[in-house]
Amino acid sequence: MTESKTAFPNNLRYTKEHEWVRVEGTVGTVGITDYAQSELGDVVFVDLPEKGRALVAGEELGTIESVKAVSEIYAPLSGEVLEVNESLRDHPERVNGDPYGEGWLLRVKITQPSETEKLLSAEGYKSHVEEGGH
Amino acid sequence: MRYIPSSPAERRKLLQVLGLDSIDRLFDTIPEAFRLKRPLDLPPALPEADLVQHLSELSRKNLDPHSSAQFLGAGAYRHFIPAIVDHLISRAEFYSSYTPYQPEFSQGTLQSIFEFQTMICQLTGMDAANASLYDGASALAEGILLAHRAKRRQEILIAGFVHPEYLKVVRTLVTTLGIELKMIPAGESGACDVDRVAGQLTGQTAAVVIQMPNFVGRLEDIAPLAQAAHRAGAVCIVVVNEAVSLGMLEAPGNLGADVVLGEAQSFGVPLSYGGPYLGFMGVRMEYVRELPGRLVGQAKDAQGRDGYVLTLATREQHIRREKATSNICTNQGLCMLAATIFMATLGKQGMRELALQNRSRTEYAKAALIKIPGCKLPYPGPGFNEFVLELPKEAIAVHRQLLGKGIVAGLPLERYFPERKNDLLITVTETNSRNQIDRLAKELKGAL
Repeated sequence: MTESKTAFPNNLRYTKEHEWVRVEGTVGTVGITDYAQSELGDVVFVDLPEKGRALVAGEELGTIESVKAVSEIYAPLSGEVLEVNESLRDHPERVNGDPYGEGWLLRVKITQPSETEKLLSAEGYKSHVEEGGH
Repeated sequence: MRYIPSSPAERRKLLQVLGLDSIDRLFDTIPEAFRLKRPLDLPPALPEADLVQHLSELSRKNLDPHSSAQFLGAGAYRHFIPAIVDHLISRAEFYSSYTPYQPEFSQGTLQSIFEFQTMICQLTGMDAANASLYDGASALAEGILLAHRAKRRQEILIAGFVHPEYLKVVRTLVTTLGIELKMIPAGESGACDVDRVAGQLTGQTAAVVIQMPNFVGRLEDIAPLAQAAHRAGAVCIVVVNEAVSLGMLEAPGNLGADVVLGEAQSFGVPLSYGGPYLGFMGVRMEYVRELPGRLVGQAKDAQGRDGYVLTLATREQHIRREKATSNICTNQGLCMLAATIFMATLGKQGMRELALQNRSRTEYAKAALIKIPGCKLPYPGPGFNEFVLELPKEAIAVHRQLLGKGIVAGLPLERYFPERKNDLLITVTETNSRNQIDRLAKELKGAL
C-alpha cells in the first residue's frame, strides 16, 4: 500500500458516517477515515461481513469496537463483498495505525456505479468534519 | 428504595399538580367498557395471626414434593440440596445485593459469576458462558436469536423431541422477527433421525436445535447432527433440560455443538411451584460477541492482583440499548450463586457420581416397571434419568389413582401430545429410594 498518509486523501470518496472508499474500476475498497479512528481511540475488534454478502448502500455491514465504544460501519456503496481484511482479526490496531492502507476493511464489487457520485469528495468530507462531523 | 406509601395529603398535592380531581382520572385512557366499576371481590382483611393460620391451612392442600414418592421431572427436577448451599446464599452480602450496578465495586459477586461461567464451560465444552439467564426456555430463545443474528438466516430446525413448553416460549419471543421454526419429527427410536434432519437443511437454515437428553428421555447422537448443520453453514444448538446429565455425558462442545444452553435448576435450586429457574448459555469463541446478557472476565489490577470486571459490556442493553444483543441486562443472581456453590461442593467426582446414581436408579426402575404385565418401553434405547412408560390403559386415570397413595407417578404425556393417552414420562433421581421405586411398581401393578 502506498496510500497517502494525509488525513483526507484526494483520491478517495467519503461518507458522512466516516467511511472512505477507493474506486478502481468495478471494485471499491472500504475503510474508516483517519478522523474516525482518532475519535474512536484504540480499536480492539472489527466485526466484518462474510464474503459474498450483498450490501445495499447505507446499510449496516458490521461493527468496530474500540476501548471507548462500539460503532456501526455502513456500506458506502451497494455491492457484493469480495474480500474482507482477515489480518484485522489479529491486528485490529492497524485501523488506527494506517486507516487508508493496511487498516482497510473490505473490498466490494460495485453494483450501482452511479452511487459513487453521491459520496463526498475529500474537500466535502473535510468541511463536514470541520463542522463537527455529525 | 423506599416502600413508604404516600399520605392522603401528599396524594392531594400530587393530583393538584397534575390538575386532576381524583386518582380515578389517571385511568381515563382505559376505555369505559374495560373498567371495573365495583370494588374487588375480596373477603374482609384478617388480623395477622388469623391470616397466617389461614395461609398455612391453604398450603397444607399442596402435595409436598419432599414427603411424597415423586417421579415427576420433564424440565423440573428434584435433587438433594446440601445444607451449605442455603447457608451461604443466605449471607446478607449475597442475599440482599441484587445486581452489581457498580460492578467493579462488587468483586465477590463478580468472582462467583466468573466461577459459575467457568464451571458451565467445563461441563458443556464451550469457550465462554454468560452470567446466566432467566430459565432454560428463554435461554433457548436467546440461542435461536444468536444464530439468527450471526448467520443472517431465518429458518430454525427443531430436531426431534424438544420440551414443548420451551417451544411455546421460543414462539412467543422469536416469531415476530420473521424467524421460522421447522419441526423435524424424531425417528421410531425416539431419537433424532439424522438423515431426515440433513434432508431439511438449506442455505436458509440458521440453526439446528437438539435437546439432550431429549424430552422423552432418549440420548441423542450429537456428532452427526452437528456435522450436518455445519455442512449447511448452520449453528448447532444443544439444549439441556437436566443439567445433572452433564456430569456423566460427553460435553456437547466436544461433539461439535456451537451453542450449549439450558436449565440448571437441578444444581441447588429447589422445586417451588413454578420457579425461579436458572438459564445458562455457553458458546464457542467465534460467537462470544453475540452472547446475550452479561459476561464477567478476569483481569489484573494496577498491582498485578487478580480482579474481575464486566467484559464486553458495550454489547449490553444498559449501555448500547437499541444495538444490544438482547433485552436481558441482568442475570439470575441468587439461583446462579446456588448453582455455583452446588457445583463447587460436589466437585468433578461428585458431579459424576450424582449423574451415575440418577442413571442406575432409573435403570432399576425401568427393569422393575417393565415386568408389570401390559407395560412397555416405547423407546428402549439409551437414556439418562427419564423414560416413557406405555401403560395398557389411560395414564391420567392411573396417575390420579396413585396420587391418592402419595405417589406422583410422572407426567401423563397426553398433556402435550393428545394422542398419547397411555404414556407416562417417569423421572428417577438420587432422591428416589429403592423402596419408593418398588412401591411405585407395586401400586402401578395394582392400578392396572
